[in-house]
Amino acid sequence: MTGDGDPASGALQAWVVARQGAFELDVAVTAVPGEVLAVLGPNGAGKSTLLRTLAGLVPLADGQVRLSDRVLDDVPAGIRTAPEHRGIGLVFQDYLLFPHLTALDNVAYGLRARGVRRTAARQSARRWLDRVGLAGHASSRPRQLSGGEAQRVALARALVLRPHLLLLDEPLAALDAGTRLSLRTDLRRHLTSYGGPAIVVTHDAVEAMVLADRLMVLEHGRIVQEGAPAEVARHPRTDYVASLVGVNLYRGTARDGRVALDGGGTLVAAEHATTGPVYVALRPSAVALHRQPPTPGSPRNTWTGTVSGLEAVGDRVRVAVTGSPPAFADITPAAAADLGLVAADQVWMTVKASELVVYPITGDGGDDEGAAEPDHGRPTT
Amino acid sequence: MPMVLAGVALAGVALAGCGNGSGSNAASGGSTSPAGALSGTVTVFAAASLTGSFGTLGKQFEAAHPGVTVKFNFAASSALAESISQGAPADVFASASTKSMDSAVESGDASDPTTFAKNVMEIAVPPANPGAVNGLSDLTRSGLKIALCQPQVPCGTTALEVFDNAKITVKPVTLGADVKAVLTAVQLGEVDAGVVYRTDVQAAGAKVKGIEIPAGQNASTSYPIATLTSAPNAAAARAFVDYVLSADGTKVLTEAGFANP
Amino acid sequence: MTGPRGPDRLSSELRQARRAATPWPLAAPAVLAVAFLLLPLAGLLVRAPWRSLGSLVGDPLVREALRLSLLSASLATALSLLVGVPLAWVLARTRLPGRPLLRALVTLPLVLPPVVGGVALLLALGRRGIVGQYLDAWFGITIPFTTTAVVLAETFVAMPFLVITVEGALRAADVRYEEASASLGASRWTTFRRVTLPLVAPSVTAGAVLCWARALGEFGATITFAGNFPGTTQTMPIAVYIALETDPDAAIALSLVLLVVSITILTALRDRIVRSGPVG
Repeated sequence: MTGDGDPASGALQAWVVARQGAFELDVAVTAVPGEVLAVLGPNGAGKSTLLRTLAGLVPLADGQVRLSDRVLDDVPAGIRTAPEHRGIGLVFQDYLLFPHLTALDNVAYGLRARGVRRTAARQSARRWLDRVGLAGHASSRPRQLSGGEAQRVALARALVLRPHLLLLDEPLAALDAGTRLSLRTDLRRHLTSYGGPAIVVTHDAVEAMVLADRLMVLEHGRIVQEGAPAEVARHPRTDYVASLVGVNLYRGTARDGRVALDGGGTLVAAEHATTGPVYVALRPSAVALHRQPPTPGSPRNTWTGTVSGLEAVGDRVRVAVTGSPPAFADITPAAAADLGLVAADQVWMTVKASELVVYPITGDGGDDEGAAEPDHGRPTT
Repeated sequence: MPMVLAGVALAGVALAGCGNGSGSNAASGGSTSPAGALSGTVTVFAAASLTGSFGTLGKQFEAAHPGVTVKFNFAASSALAESISQGAPADVFASASTKSMDSAVESGDASDPTTFAKNVMEIAVPPANPGAVNGLSDLTRSGLKIALCQPQVPCGTTALEVFDNAKITVKPVTLGADVKAVLTAVQLGEVDAGVVYRTDVQAAGAKVKGIEIPAGQNASTSYPIATLTSAPNAAAARAFVDYVLSADGTKVLTEAGFANP
Repeated sequence: MTGPRGPDRLSSELRQARRAATPWPLAAPAVLAVAFLLLPLAGLLVRAPWRSLGSLVGDPLVREALRLSLLSASLATALSLLVGVPLAWVLARTRLPGRPLLRALVTLPLVLPPVVGGVALLLALGRRGIVGQYLDAWFGITIPFTTTAVVLAETFVAMPFLVITVEGALRAADVRYEEASASLGASRWTTFRRVTLPLVAPSVTAGAVLCWARALGEFGATITFAGNFPGTTQTMPIAVYIALETDPDAAIALSLVLLVVSITILTALRDRIVRSGPVG
């Protein structure tokens, strides 16, 4: 840990294997200084476990963790570094501010633990409280702070130590919607100015898009997709990712622009080059709904289905339709009212061929190959 | 429902109390039958120093009078006198000091006491005699650990009389609540010497070594015995006292080391 | 979700509302319990020799006993804190293989009759005790019949109260605060000092008060192991017992003195210990 200036600019290179009961985590992670990696996944995917192993709170069953050219863990070589010697900053979902200390003493805690004198520690702490906009709350106790304020203190507490790696475990999850939005912007700002690598665990897709330079999706302890946020959104590879970004995802076999879908049905795509096993991504807003069988027109894809549900999503109405294949269709509330749709109604769907995004199922995680160790962290499809 | 449970609990406690009461207040169970045979329980409060001898007397009495059970409560005489004045149910009181008996007579709890034995003091030391105690004058040596009875109990008062006769001052490290506590301290080897009754030294056998006090300096305490005025089993109480005073009783007492009154 | 301020205020209001209405199946037995506890106290107060109370309290022997009792109880509590809190930490936070056995050992003084405890202490630390004999032979140190013995006897019977209270609190405490502390670079000892201990401080205080009260009232182990001698080992409970044999009035007076002193001290600390409840 350097004294002044930026933290030692070192990358994180880790391959972690951890076991908890029947669950096994097997992931390769790299992050370069200044990069923000967002880790997404459903509950139980192992996101928090990943953070905790990197922080040294959970022992590795196998693997290696290297940070800034320092080997923190190396299971075959028998090296283990205790959490207090790793130089890694942690921000928790529940803030975990020490209840018996003021905000100022909370932020100063790490410095004092390192032997910095109280006055100097408090000075640095005050500067950081100022940076997060809480200068006036220095003598407040954590229970007197709102959720957003507490989280900012927690952030300051971690950053004041200039950690080599910053880990944030669902930092905004415990906040109400309004606070979450404003704090997200703040967090983006602090992450940008923070020089080291940062890993943010979240289950909120928008949060991941806003904060991260790169996404990593975990399911059942394995990486299922990795890449730039836009890339992942455009080419989801699992149902979870598809539902996260709000896209219809199908699997099938493509030949000459026709895709025979695994679940039944055929879709015609504009792109003819890709052949063999493919994913097909279709935005719900690209699906048009008709009450009557539509007269033949330009859309190449027409099929029928039954309405199974409607829900409001943002300023749209998302209609769930069962059929071959099933699909979500986003229509305006006015249109929904006009059509008078209710469950069990029969509808026809039309989609232009050019709206379909077809991409091969090959096992590569999109554009970015994240793993340093080619044998591990391969996404399973 | 909880009230019912509470009620049951209270009833249980009350019944248990009644049960104990009826055992010792066996007014109906403690009379002589037309044939003159005794029955029931005799509760004897006796000084701690009478533990061995009265235990034997109790068994002999029970053998002679089947149907009678003798129950003992051994403690310091002053404590026993206090219990009796507080209304503890007892039939017989055998004290190690006339003072305790006098106070019981004064409060009307006991009547017609008779002295049945005398006890003199003796020095008790652990068998190995770590303090090299050979006589009274050794007790004044500094650094020696001595146990005495507390001055309020008969064995303590009598010990002080002995020291008075010998014109010495003894500084103990502990004052036992009764003579048995002093003896235990000596037996465990925690103290170098203790001043107890001769009968205690005898009763302890090989566990302690006794050092006699010259007759000229020794002091004795008289042991009176009496039936209690509110004895639940008056007939058996009278019979037990008679037995103690009889030749059989005196034999047992003498064997234990008591002197004749 | 509201901030940390909201739920706290709301729940305390709810608590007050519920307190007003106690169902009678609970109130009646509670009243009975209070009556049961107050009755002996009332007996003491009614039969107390109020006129001679003053002279009794002034008696130097009584003052000695009181001074000794307060001193030994406080020393016993201090000793219990010194060794008991680390023991509680070991029981709650480590994964030593013999922990269940250790825990049973801690509760031993609670089930052992105090006199038996005193005898056991003699067998261990007495002049011929398994350890005591070496203390005597090598260093000339004998423990029985000294004030030290009083403190040790009281510690023996009272420490379990402290250990059990603190262990319970440590188990219930949130280990994540300790993880946060570690992530900030604090050593395990620093974490214990600056995070763990402050967070269980109310329980430590409550345990210490329990310990002190138990030590103050201890009789059986003290009289067996430390004996009875005014000024050195005659604590208030022993003085009461001795007095009871010859002068019950004096015994009652002494009991009252002990009672008043204890209640005063415990009430003064009450505000500190009742201030428990979730911290943050």
